[in-house]
Amino acid sequence: MTARWTRTAVVALALTALSGCGGGAKANGPAPSHGVTGTVTVFAAASLTESFTRIGKDFQAANPGTKVTFNFAGSSALATQINQGAPADVFASAAPANMKTVTDAGNGDGTPVVFASNQLVIAVPKGNPQGIAGLADLTRPGVKVAVCAVQVPCGAAAKKALAVAGVKLTPATEEQDVKAALAKVKLGEVDAALVYRTDVTAAPSDVDGVQFPESAQAVNDYPIEVLKNAPNKAGAQAFVAYVRSGEGRAVLTAAGFRCP
Amino acid sequence: MSVSAAPRRGTLRVPLGLLVPAVLGLAFLALPLAGLLLRAPWSTLPQRLAQPGVLTALRLSLQTATIATALCLLLGVPLAWLLARVEFPGRRVVRALVTVPLVLPPVVGGVALLLVFGRRGIVGRWLAGTFGITLPFSTAGVVLAEAFVAMPFLVIAVEGALRGADTRYEEAAATLGARRWTTFTHVTLPLVAPGITAGAVLCWARALGEFGATITFAGNFPGRTQTMPLAVYLALETDMKAAIVLSLILLTVSVAVLAALRDRWITSP
Repeated sequence: MTARWTRTAVVALALTALSGCGGGAKANGPAPSHGVTGTVTVFAAASLTESFTRIGKDFQAANPGTKVTFNFAGSSALATQINQGAPADVFASAAPANMKTVTDAGNGDGTPVVFASNQLVIAVPKGNPQGIAGLADLTRPGVKVAVCAVQVPCGAAAKKALAVAGVKLTPATEEQDVKAALAKVKLGEVDAALVYRTDVTAAPSDVDGVQFPESAQAVNDYPIEVLKNAPNKAGAQAFVAYVRSGEGRAVLTAAGFRCP
Repeated sequence: MSVSAAPRRGTLRVPLGLLVPAVLGLAFLALPLAGLLLRAPWSTLPQRLAQPGVLTALRLSLQTATIATALCLLLGVPLAWLLARVEFPGRRVVRALVTVPLVLPPVVGGVALLLVFGRRGIVGRWLAGTFGITLPFSTAGVVLAEAFVAMPFLVIAVEGALRGADTRYEEAAATLGARRWTTFTHVTLPLVAPGITAGAVLCWARALGEFGATITFAGNFPGRTQTMPLAVYLALETDMKAAIVLSLILLTVSVAVLAALRDRWITSP
């Protein structure tokens, strides 16, 4: 028993020494931050899956000794998890409303900043067999449409865009998140779905995106924030800075986001 | 009297090695329920119950679970009989197949249903082409998804009852000249009626709580395919208190129905 505890202590000491080395070695590299180590836990909206995974890898490469772990889910589910005490360092939300849930509960640290924005497009099967050109075409008889439920950010945006266009749409289904709506197009069960531009960019071999002017009236802003109870605050700040840096913006732009 | 003697003999001889884990197990199952009850917004409960979507989802849930159970009875009882009474090659494989939906994640079950009954599915394309029927995103689709997930519960319960039943009654009927169908309807069915009821109740309860296969195969549209579990999940996105209230309703309804059925029909002889 005692022997095991001693061994654990030695290992812990060795790890501390190692991470110290890592911090020293990093001074040679192009690291944008100062002596950041350890695990950074990022809670991010499902629509950020592809771009944040890329950014996380780049961040680890730029900051040896760090490890970024992600929890991707619907923004509202993440906000609930954070407010129930989940040990997260950073929260990146697909809508300001879900960020507000977290800051209102006193779990934010500082002010959230908008780092990206996303717009809706109509996802259609490859080649657009139904010839859908705009929101009005979605109400044609025989055209089945999936939208997100209004409780999630993409559904709220869809509702707004349809209202702006004056289109009264009865969808076949209101999906629980944007990826589920996209999946219904991929499976061929619906003829169109209202999803984010980034989701279409991420699935180029399965779907095409049809842009429509009303989407400019329903832009989703993505805020990011370091959390108050972040176990690794320095790491969290460095990650947020990286997302907003030139490197981070390049990844986000390539994925189809607009960066402010 | 025997009534008072039985519990005393039962309670005093419980070994600690069984009692402690049993109590822990009970606490593990009961505490989350207590958590729901403690966190429920009792003061605003009446207003929340009166919200229009709640009753619609509840009615749809009760209807679809009941129709799904009827469908399971229609198909599941003969299947259970086949498994219990007829020796045929590959019976073990068939029995294993029947239990697949038990271990399959329901969401995967939903995708599998789409691949068969969806617009591009093997059966779905034929249904749409011949009869103009499309099952996904319809109430019938909800019933199908629930029946797929719940039927194994019925088949296993009924098969167990059939295997436990005394076959001498059936043999006697046969020697008296009854055909196999007559024996089934007049002897076997009444004999295993309690088992069938128990299986149907389990099946109904499973169908009532079905989420994954339903949202994947039938989608989510209020009044048409949005059952209570789907309403709970979406309420959770914005309003946890609303989700707790919806869960409490579902809980109350299922406990009430199960308790009522238990007292009336499933008491062991």
